[in-house]
This record gives sequence, C-alpha cells and structure tokens, in this order.
Amino acid sequence: MKEIIIISGKGGTGKTSLTGAFAALAENPVLADCDVDAADLHLILKPKILETHDFSGGKQARIEPDKCTGCATCEEVCRFGAIRRIPAKDDISPPFFAVDPVACEGCGVCAWFCIPKAVQFEDALNGHWFVSETRFGCLVHAKLGVAEENSGKLVTLVRNRAKQIAKERNCPYLLVDGSPGIGCPVIASLTGADLVVIVTEPTVSGEHDLARVADLAKHFGIPVAVCVNKADINPGMADRIRVNAEARGLSFAGTVPYDKAVTAAQVAQLTIVEHDRGELGKAVRKVWERVTALADGKDTK
Amino acid sequence: MKIAIASGKGGTGKTTVATCLAQVLAETGLRVRYLDCDVEEPNGHLFLHPEIYESKPVTVPVPEVDREKCVGCGLCAKICQYAAIACVKKKVVTFPELCHGCGGCARVCPAGAIREVGRGIGVAETGRSCKIDFAQGCLRVGEAMSPSLIRQVRDIPTGAELDIIDAPPGTSCPAITAIRGADFVLLVTEPTPFGLNDLALALDMVRELDIPRAVVVNRHEDENLSARKFCSERHVQIAAEIPDDRRVAEAYSQGLLPVIALPEYRPYFLDLWANVNKLATGTPGKEPA
Repeated sequence: MKEIIIISGKGGTGKTSLTGAFAALAENPVLADCDVDAADLHLILKPKILETHDFSGGKQARIEPDKCTGCATCEEVCRFGAIRRIPAKDDISPPFFAVDPVACEGCGVCAWFCIPKAVQFEDALNGHWFVSETRFGCLVHAKLGVAEENSGKLVTLVRNRAKQIAKERNCPYLLVDGSPGIGCPVIASLTGADLVVIVTEPTVSGEHDLARVADLAKHFGIPVAVCVNKADINPGMADRIRVNAEARGLSFAGTVPYDKAVTAAQVAQLTIVEHDRGELGKAVRKVWERVTALADGKDTK
Repeated sequence: MKIAIASGKGGTGKTTVATCLAQVLAETGLRVRYLDCDVEEPNGHLFLHPEIYESKPVTVPVPEVDREKCVGCGLCAKICQYAAIACVKKKVVTFPELCHGCGGCARVCPAGAIREVGRGIGVAETGRSCKIDFAQGCLRVGEAMSPSLIRQVRDIPTGAELDIIDAPPGTSCPAITAIRGADFVLLVTEPTPFGLNDLALALDMVRELDIPRAVVVNRHEDENLSARKFCSERHVQIAAEIPDDRRVAEAYSQGLLPVIALPEYRPYFLDLWANVNKLATGTPGKEPA
C-alpha cells in the first residue's frame, strides 16, 4: 500500500478537487480527509457514514464556582490568558475566576496549583471522526468542533485509521487530502508518507509557499511531486516553477489548466474527471499516471 | 480599530482583500498597519514589498534540566500534558518541539532543577511599505506551534489608527489566535460549494468568539447568487462583492496589487471600508443557532 498526501502550502490551489479526481481514477483506494478544520472532500464524494466516533485530543480546565476562593493562583500561573476574573457584585468579597475554553490550551497547570482544588481537569470533546463508504471506496474524515484545538492529533487519528483499513482491505493506494500551511496539522499528515503531491498555482504566493512546503517535506525525508494547477493564468511562471522544482531535485507531475468546469463539478457534486471528459480531465489523468508511477517507484526520470 | 481578514477555506482572497484595503485607506491619509498573521505562509510582503526595519527572533520558553540538581522525582513529567518531558529511571529527557511553553514543569520542580530557556520558532518583522506600516511573522519550516508566533506578532505595539490583520485559513487554533482581540472580522469567501461550506464553519468560529462580522464575496458572478442566499439565510451582512475577473487573477499572479494594476477596483475597497464602519458601530444582527 502506498500512501500519497496531497498538500499545497497556499490554500485554494485545488488540493481537494485533485484528491477527488485521483479517488475516481485510482483502483480501489482508501481516502482520508485530513483538512479537519475545513473539510470539503465529502461535498463531492457524498459519503454514507457508517461509524461516528468522539474525538478527545486532550483535557480542559473548568473552575467550580462554589469551590473557588478567589485566591487568583490560577490567573497567576496561566500562560495563555485563559483565566477570566469576575469581580464580586458587592465590591468587598474576593473576585472569582472562570476558564475561557477557547483560550485554554489544556496544560492543567491551574488545576495542579489550585489551592482549594476548585479546578476540574477533564477530557474535552474536541470533535468527531467518521468512517464512511463512498462510490470510490472507504473515506475516513472528521469534523473538529467549533473553535477547538488539537487538529494535529485528529489528523493522526484519521490517518492511522485509514491506513489500517487500507491494509486490511489490501488497497493499493491511500489518498490523503491535507490542509494548507506548514504547521501542526500538515506535519501530522505527512510524516512517514510514501509521496507528497504539492498542488500549487503560478502566482507569486503559490511559488513562495511551494518552496516552504517542499522544504518541510524534505525536512521529513519524503519524496515530492509538484503539480501546477491553473497553469495558463501565468504560463511563464508555471514553467519557472517546473524548472526550479526539477533543479531542486523534486519530481514534476504536470500541469492542469484553469477551467470553470472545476467549480461546475463541485456544484454537481462530482469529481472533475467524472464531470469533464475534455482537456481538463485529460490533464488530470496524466498527472495521476505520473503520481502513481512515482509512488510505485516505477518512474525512472 | 483592529479588523481581521479571515476565511475557512484557503485561497479565497484574504491577502488580496487585506493588502488592497490597506493600500486604498493609506492613500486617503489614514494611518494603517498591515499585519501578516498567516505565519505558516506569509504572502503580504510579496504584494507590498516592504522595507524591513527590524527582524526579531521569536522564542517559546522550553525547559532546561540541571542534572546536578534533579532528584528524579518525575513530577515534571506528571504535570506535562504534551509529552514534552519524560522521566525514565529517574532521568529526565525533554522533547522541546512538543512543548507548549506552559511553564508547569519549572513551577512544579521541588529541586529548582528546571529553568526555562527560549527556543526560536521563527521571526517577527516590522517595516514599512510606502504609507503602510508593516508587520509579519514567519514560522521556521518544521515548527508546529504557529499560535505562539501569531500571538507575538498580533501583539506588536502600533501607532496606527487601523490594524488590518491577515489571518491564516481554517477554523482552529492559528485562525482563532489571529482573530482574537479584533474589533471586526471580515470573512472572505467565494461563491462555490467549498467556499460556502467553509464559510459556515468560519462563521461559527467568529460567533463563538462574539466578534462583529461581515462577509466579502470574492470572484462574484452576477448569475451566481449562492453566496447572497447563504448570507441572507445566516443573517450575516455582505460588506463587498468583488467581481470574478481574470485580469485580477493575472495581476495577482505577478505580485501586483489589483487596486494599483486595475484602478477601477479602488471603489470596491473604499465602499467595503464604509460598510465596515457602518456595521462595526451598529450591533451585529441576531443569528439563529
């Protein structure tokens, strides 16, 4: 089983549209949507949810008001500004304190040092994850709760479950849709993968962000294939990205043209290869062929 | 006033809106600062070409253990929620890249064997681009903890009348850290199923933070009113609709500010600012749960 991660550095370059197309082109794939705080793959794959699980990525502090003596130790030890001081109504009694759940990082230092033991430190419910069936294969996906953290842990959970399913079912490919950026969830989605496909666009930002995310893949020792989407927006830059990628020892997986059919496919809840049998579909197929050749180690270029 | 430009989905035009707004408002004489809080992939500098005056390393406090003083009690490992410090056979080992900098280990150590030292995770830079004050954070590649850096960039003192914060995409810790403390949030979307799905998530996030908000519809097409329908159902105002125009995409691709390459776009951003002012002073509309 080969695990292929699709990321981009810059957002909105077409990761999810391409992942969906790859899902349609791959034989018997397992899919994982690791963009857990803005997941979109389900919109075109229309999954039928088979399993729903709670996700707890850590603990959260909560102060019991009737036990709080207002000593302010929690406020003093919290590094994240997560303790709110609530003045007493009568101006004479000490204030009491409450935890701001959004700012709380779950370090538990307040709970440890609270003198009257008024801080409860309990498992937080940070979101849900799902195992679903789609028309192309199994999809493992998730939904992080509103304003919740620990997305990296949720990514790891989703990926591990998808990997397990791919092995059990003897699937040749696990396709992972990643999130933008280079931080915690991206690192969690790419460590140990067989191939990273970086989808970029021929813009100054696309080029800039590609360099950073390629460095990240290199940092973790994972082979990279670069794909330039919307290449005809700026053909000169698309070419420059290819030349620079190859000069840096990255593989080039090809280009995909700018096409309004990408949005039309989304509206129709279809992947771009199902929706478009013209130039766009052809270009995406070519990219997929090159990606599989690279992942399978059959590429000699 | 601080306004944050955010979005659930990436690539909807946050940086375009933030930089264009900064540019047109600076031209009117307002003292504006542009703050790039998308520290994982900061792009504003590619359009504003600032002259950087100061570049400061940003650190997070991590534990350093004095083996002479350590008694091997293991309390440090017990308090740590991030597995950043472990005690094996009375010997303490640290994993600085997992550390959130809560300071619990140093505080709990009965032997005073732990002191906190700064570990570099990136840089915070300040400078100027013509009339615009400029600040940005840049995370070192391989670092996971962008919120610590975002917090430090967000809190750089300013003399500007208006702070425009370019937030990272998504709806979790990095986006929340960037938006926190803003007086108003503009959520940039595109009228596509992905754009609107992620806008719904971003709206939930901003509502949770209880900050007044409005939507900017980018790549608007007159024949596609899905974003208008969505915003009317969710009782959120649209502060601007910026048309879908290949010329804007082409200017952007070269690193040109659309409002400079295509001056006919200036009124969109001036109107946007007028709308933000109107909405920021009023109370936000009630939204159904």
